[in-house]
Amino acid sequence: MQIRREDVDHVADLARLSLSEEEREKMTRELNSILGHVDKLNELKTDGVQPTFHVLASLKNVTRKDEVIHGLDRDRALQNAPSQKSGCFAVPKTVE
Amino acid sequence: MALYYKSAKELAGMLSRREVSAVELTRAALDRAEQVEEKVKSFVTRTPDLALAQAEAVDRRRATGETLSSLAGIPVAIKDNMNTFGVRTTCSSKILANYIPPYDATVVDRLNAAGTVTVGKTNLDEFAMGSSTENSGFFTTRNPWDTSRVPGGSSGGSAAAVAVGEAVISLGSDTGGSIRQPAALCGVTGLKPTYGRVSRYGLVAFASSLDQIGPFGRTAEDVALALSAIAGHDRLDSTSAPVPVPDFTAGLNRGVKGLKIGIPREYLAAGISPAVREAVLRAVEVLVGLGAEAEEVSMPHTEYALSAYYVIAPAEASSNLARYDGVRYGVRAGEYSDLVDMFSRTREEGFGPEVKRRIMLGTYALSSGYYDAYYLKAQKVRTLVNKDFEEAFRRFDVLVTPTAPSVAFGIGQKTDPLAMYLEDVCTIPVNLAGLPGMSLPCGFAAPEPAAGVAGGGPTAGDGNGLRLPIGLQIIGKAFDEETVLRVGHAFQQATDYHNQRPALDAKGGARQ
Repeated sequence: MQIRREDVDHVADLARLSLSEEEREKMTRELNSILGHVDKLNELKTDGVQPTFHVLASLKNVTRKDEVIHGLDRDRALQNAPSQKSGCFAVPKTVE
Repeated sequence: MALYYKSAKELAGMLSRREVSAVELTRAALDRAEQVEEKVKSFVTRTPDLALAQAEAVDRRRATGETLSSLAGIPVAIKDNMNTFGVRTTCSSKILANYIPPYDATVVDRLNAAGTVTVGKTNLDEFAMGSSTENSGFFTTRNPWDTSRVPGGSSGGSAAAVAVGEAVISLGSDTGGSIRQPAALCGVTGLKPTYGRVSRYGLVAFASSLDQIGPFGRTAEDVALALSAIAGHDRLDSTSAPVPVPDFTAGLNRGVKGLKIGIPREYLAAGISPAVREAVLRAVEVLVGLGAEAEEVSMPHTEYALSAYYVIAPAEASSNLARYDGVRYGVRAGEYSDLVDMFSRTREEGFGPEVKRRIMLGTYALSSGYYDAYYLKAQKVRTLVNKDFEEAFRRFDVLVTPTAPSVAFGIGQKTDPLAMYLEDVCTIPVNLAGLPGMSLPCGFAAPEPAAGVAGGGPTAGDGNGLRLPIGLQIIGKAFDEETVLRVGHAFQQATDYHNQRPALDAKGGARQ
């Protein structure tokens, strides 16, 4: 499969990366080169093969008791925030 | 031998007999870093004040007659993608350049409980994506055996710190070879435990179905000591396995008599340098001499593992790295027009080229219309790769392969992303299957001339007699680190490769 420049534009948008023109051109070439290698997977027949999403087959739906435990204090949770206001993370206005 | 070059095992004995204090040992490691750090650059952040405070605390506890863990007072370095409470944790990324974690990773917590001394946070390829530390957002770590070469990666800083005596033990993380390949290139011992053996809580996530934390040391015995301290179920990591943790040092001396070793022929095929192939086969002869039985085996899906990995790992990474949006932590872009523009500019400015490449690759592989063709296909091929291991482990106790295709390469030598990805061709299948794998030194070779450089065969080297370490990979059954460590220990009892030390910048790799 070939990746076109417009695919790169679309994926960059999905990934929230404002790539430069130059990066988009280079990314198109590099992704095609890597995916060319990945196409090797199609040499293998995988009909009826179950996918392995993780290797710990014995672990299923790990849950804990529904009880209140102490989490991070608000001040600590906010200590790395680039911007904060009134004890909350602050972001640009999104609703007029 | 200098204090900073001794094994943790030997130092533990000296500490308990009070032949040396934790403060003296810590000063030896800190002084060593003062002396060599400028040349090697293992650390993103050094923590001498914390280290001395921890060492003093250990000495005080020992003075009261308290029985301490065998790691108490041992200087350790932590890869800078594991959270350390109050100590900057960057993942070697500009986007986390100012991040101060409000909690400790479980492994850090457990090392602290054992009384280790944290000397610093080590450099890595940004978000652990790479095989050389050249993708670090800050600087490239140098290989102590030849500072014009890479230490491997992504845990290159952790491997170099142990190789050069800035730490006795260090922690790395391994998603596709990031502990084992730098261990090989720096001439130290490094173990990736079974997936689920060590808690990932507080490890900054790269590819969550593949990531695993493990130790570096100078010997298999030191690695066993460190693993015993960090392993075990953790209620904060739902993928940590609820299985008993043995004392990994207990069975080290049982030897390898009658042990069945498989040699997968696909791992010795094209792309592996002749010097590496010879060293690995010589190592097998050593193990056979000790009473093991070795036989070739075929693992036909090996050649597809790399392709599957470069779909699965970027797919998981693209999802994990979505959290870097400039809202809750990290560096936010200075200028933006609205919320979405803030996300996109923050990520554009904060991430380096390899991280962007993998986010793009992963986002594409997961996007509508391509999921079945790439992501699902890769996960099916992963099943086939794993079946090769299952079948091999019906006949063999361990598998032995090269760790990396060649010795350390020059900084700037591999510019094509695909060429760099091939560095991990021997280690990636082990992550896909979630198995334990260890690299340990098994020989030395002259550097290979860079492709396109005229003259010189594989042994021509640089004309200065420079020798670089070669790594042997031992792969075990799931949750059978004990056998992997036992084979490694037996090999190190019979050989001297792990006792060689780099003569930093004095060409020739002399012993110290």
